[in-house]
Amino acid sequence: MHDMSAEPAVHHLSPPQGFIRKHVFSLDHKVIGLQYYGLALAAVFIGMVLSWLMRLHLGWASLAIPGLQHLSPNGAPGGVITPEYYLSLMTMHGTIMVFFVLTNAPFAGFGNYFLPIQVGAEDMAFPRFNMMSFWVTFVAFLVLIAAFFVHDGPPISGWTSYATLSSVGGISGPGEAMGQNLWAVSIALFCVGQLLGSLNFIATTLDLRTKGMTLGRMPLSTWAWFITACIGLLAFADLLPATILLILDRTAGTSFFNPAGMVVSDTLLPHSGGSPLLWQHLFWFFGHPEVYIAIIPGFGIVSHILPAFTRKPLLGGMRVMIGCLIAAGFLSYMVWGHHMFVSGMNPFSAVLFSVPTLIITIPFTVATLMFLGSIYGANLRFTSASLFCLGFVSVFISGGISGFFLAQPSIDTYLHATYFVVAHFHFVMAVAAIFGIFAATYFWMPKMIGRMMNDTLGKLHFWLTFIGVYCIFMPMHYLGIAGNVRRYASFTDDYLVPLIPVHKFITIAALLTGAAQFIFLYNLIHTRWWGPLAPENPWEATSLEWSTTSPPPFDNFGGRHLIVHQGPYEYNAEGAAQDYVMQTDPDFVARS
Amino acid sequence: MRTKFFILLAVFGLASSAMLVTAARPAGGTITGKVTFTGTPPKMKPIDMSKEPYCQKLHNPPIKTQDVEAGPGDTLEDAVVFISAGDQGSSSASTPVRYDQKGCQYIPHVAVMMVDQPLQIYNDDPNAHNIHPLPKVNAEWNKSQPPGAPPIDTKWDKPEFISVKCNIHPWMHGYFVVLKTSHYGVTGADGTFTIKDVPPGKYTLTAWQEHMGTQTQEVTVSGGAATANFTFKAMPY
Amino acid sequence: MGKFFAILLIIITLVSVYPIVTHMWWMPEVVSAHGPAVDHQLDETMIGSGVLFITSQFVLAGFIWAFGNHKGKIKNWPGGHRPVVAFGIILVGLEILSLSFVGSKVWASMYITKPDLNALHVDVQAEQFAFFFRYAGPDGVFGSIHPDKINDGSGNYFGLDPENDVAARDDIVVGTLTIPVDTPILLTLHSKDMIHNFYVPELRIQQDIVPGIDIPLHFTATKTGKWEIVCTQLCGLGHYSMKAYLQVMSKPEYDDWLKQQSGD
Repeated sequence: MHDMSAEPAVHHLSPPQGFIRKHVFSLDHKVIGLQYYGLALAAVFIGMVLSWLMRLHLGWASLAIPGLQHLSPNGAPGGVITPEYYLSLMTMHGTIMVFFVLTNAPFAGFGNYFLPIQVGAEDMAFPRFNMMSFWVTFVAFLVLIAAFFVHDGPPISGWTSYATLSSVGGISGPGEAMGQNLWAVSIALFCVGQLLGSLNFIATTLDLRTKGMTLGRMPLSTWAWFITACIGLLAFADLLPATILLILDRTAGTSFFNPAGMVVSDTLLPHSGGSPLLWQHLFWFFGHPEVYIAIIPGFGIVSHILPAFTRKPLLGGMRVMIGCLIAAGFLSYMVWGHHMFVSGMNPFSAVLFSVPTLIITIPFTVATLMFLGSIYGANLRFTSASLFCLGFVSVFISGGISGFFLAQPSIDTYLHATYFVVAHFHFVMAVAAIFGIFAATYFWMPKMIGRMMNDTLGKLHFWLTFIGVYCIFMPMHYLGIAGNVRRYASFTDDYLVPLIPVHKFITIAALLTGAAQFIFLYNLIHTRWWGPLAPENPWEATSLEWSTTSPPPFDNFGGRHLIVHQGPYEYNAEGAAQDYVMQTDPDFVARS
Repeated sequence: MRTKFFILLAVFGLASSAMLVTAARPAGGTITGKVTFTGTPPKMKPIDMSKEPYCQKLHNPPIKTQDVEAGPGDTLEDAVVFISAGDQGSSSASTPVRYDQKGCQYIPHVAVMMVDQPLQIYNDDPNAHNIHPLPKVNAEWNKSQPPGAPPIDTKWDKPEFISVKCNIHPWMHGYFVVLKTSHYGVTGADGTFTIKDVPPGKYTLTAWQEHMGTQTQEVTVSGGAATANFTFKAMPY
Repeated sequence: MGKFFAILLIIITLVSVYPIVTHMWWMPEVVSAHGPAVDHQLDETMIGSGVLFITSQFVLAGFIWAFGNHKGKIKNWPGGHRPVVAFGIILVGLEILSLSFVGSKVWASMYITKPDLNALHVDVQAEQFAFFFRYAGPDGVFGSIHPDKINDGSGNYFGLDPENDVAARDDIVVGTLTIPVDTPILLTLHSKDMIHNFYVPELRIQQDIVPGIDIPLHFTATKTGKWEIVCTQLCGLGHYSMKAYLQVMSKPEYDDWLKQQSGD
């Protein structure tokens, strides 16, 4: 670790010239972060529209949606969604949301923008890899969207793409020919993009911290991005070969996932020797860490933002939260089999996987208790950002508790593949992780684009969304307890028909909550062009991003090499003149 | 004398015109026959439709599988007989062929059509079906048809015997027989077929039955009618 | 704002809990021998989770009410973080241990302990998008399965070869799982194409059916009646409509039914 204070304060890359270099093929981590954010924004609106189509069909199965027949004459003749098109919409909804929203925005988006700044670096360790990682991800998105426009439509196998539905080609159903191929190629490309990104995050965190920025003084958001990058390196390194094996089974006649003796629609297939369970192992060994990749940045972001609005450090300080996140990340590799309790694996393994799954509750419980305890005795300030942080705590509790049920195999035997599972993962991902993204947006947008967002609209956005998500996802628990199976295009079974009114309620809640998101979109657009200019430190916060202009200059700190003297959360520190001390403050001496 | 001449001329003129007219459209002959079998055919099984109560209620006692539809006198229903070589005077067909899904059954069990002839598939049941043709030469497709959905309009562009199934009701099975020729007939419940409008000539006739395979015969059509009977050999399994 | 948030949280919590407490939409009647133990496990978990849920949301609401827009001296949680961390670990740890211990016994009774030696064997074939059930017939022996002989149109769903396999000739294949009450049943689950699942909510049991693996599943039904078996593993366009009926009969009725099927 060499002493960077002696280095001349010159960025090792010269400032970009021209529109393309500045805004399109940029090496600047800030531009790349915004590009990821923009991609996630486009993706989330597409994913949300898909969810509206799904929910409309579930509430009103014979509803004709005007114009849909032009997007897909096969999928929606006369505008009525066919069962196969419902599954296509569902597959694309899940894939777009999990990969292109929840992995992109909190990690690649905000992480790319703020990790170098928060550690005091001028850019990421490998700016060219960084640029490549975004453009590879962008191409992956285009490849995925292309599936909407091929003859047979998008795949129908869900974002989990289980073999053998996904591994034998078009004979298993519409969308399983070209659509599934496009899906697999898209995900493979996405893995490459993420691997490049993870490498950057890890190298930058370990090697490019400025003088005085010890690991213990890195903000919790940086810690979370670092831990997420480590998890991601292993997880995406597993998914990439899995998608390649899938493509080979589908196109090259291999049999990694296809056993002998398969007869699909009276057609005997020539495969032999493969195991459908192998796909599930490969997928979930990635898949479980992936959902932690989706939520851990959210924990880091809330951990970082909340102190600014409680005006005191988190209960437990740095160590407890970092310990919780590391424990969660580590344990996330031991629990993948809890997605496979009834999969046909040896039933002893269910007991083996259920124990670490229940144990993983502990770090998340402790982290949540730390958040709760931090509000006690605080000078709590209500802004759009802090409301979403508080909301995060509430919805994460709601989502986490349903996990308690699913972690027990004896209960999972009843609740597996019902709407109870759908409620659980939507609460922790679609709600909690998205709340983290909203909190981050309201908190950091002033820094990123140099203008303040409208706080009244932001608060209105929060109230409508908070009430809305409970109306959408809480009833799904009741449906699950009633045995309502998931991934059904419509409800024709005798015991499901009486539950359709609940689905109608959920649909209406979903449409209204979706409409409320346009308040957020309007706020973003209005702010970009007409928002009041933002000062350097509008929230009176302490970390390094608030020691530079809004937005920061090309090299982040205008030629300065910052020297760090304080921890990241010196709020209401004993003996300080104000209720916060910047990390660069050279004079203050912390008492504890 | 002159009057007789003119009368003869008129008669001659009329007769030639008549001959010319009839020469332009030669007399269409008809090929008829019967398709039968010897031996013991496999026993057809009653179909358990209990997963679809509406259809189950419609068929009491249950209908049987249809791979061999044997009738009294050892006749075969739903055998397709067509001109496979030497065909002439085939006309193209634009009348749509109708295929119904009714009571969780395909009606007709075997639908014969020409290449590029429109095919319309209807769902007459209150439950959804999916139509999954399994061609080897034509392009495969698979579409569901919820109740109340409009008919599916399609056609085939290559001749083939295409097996069709519904996956939602796996017992539902039928055939699309796509032919180049318009000279074909399908046997009815009495095992007889009729092929109309066949110009005089020598032809190869093929009979196809989904379980028993194909047989061919030479047939000559002259002066109106010809007969061709086919006898398949049946085995119990 | 703090008070509004707190009241909203309390309302949301109470409204969320109400349908659970009143069983507004609840599990259907339990009709299996092991079912009550599953229900008990779920009830215990629901009580523990319910207390945690209400308490934590109310504490959040209370803190937001008390400290929202509070200005002045900051207080820290009395005793610091250590008692809280310890509380979290011990509370959750105890819940985990107790639920795991009891729950694994319930699980073992369903999936690990061996089925009764005298169980009635029924062979189950899952395919896109239906279930078929096979009984061994009067000879008590199941014919062997030949995938290349499968022909749905001819009613040969299992791929039996009665021409060459004598044992297959009297096998009974039906579309409704018909079983006698109070009798141990052993299903062997096969899939010919995709991964499917056998789920009867009333039996409180489900099991994925995986192509290439023969999976046993055993249970005893304790009530006569008719319920639905539904597929819960996404298997294609007809997944939502893939079902069969489970018909539980009294023993004399079942014997009559079996005799009738053998006669056909």
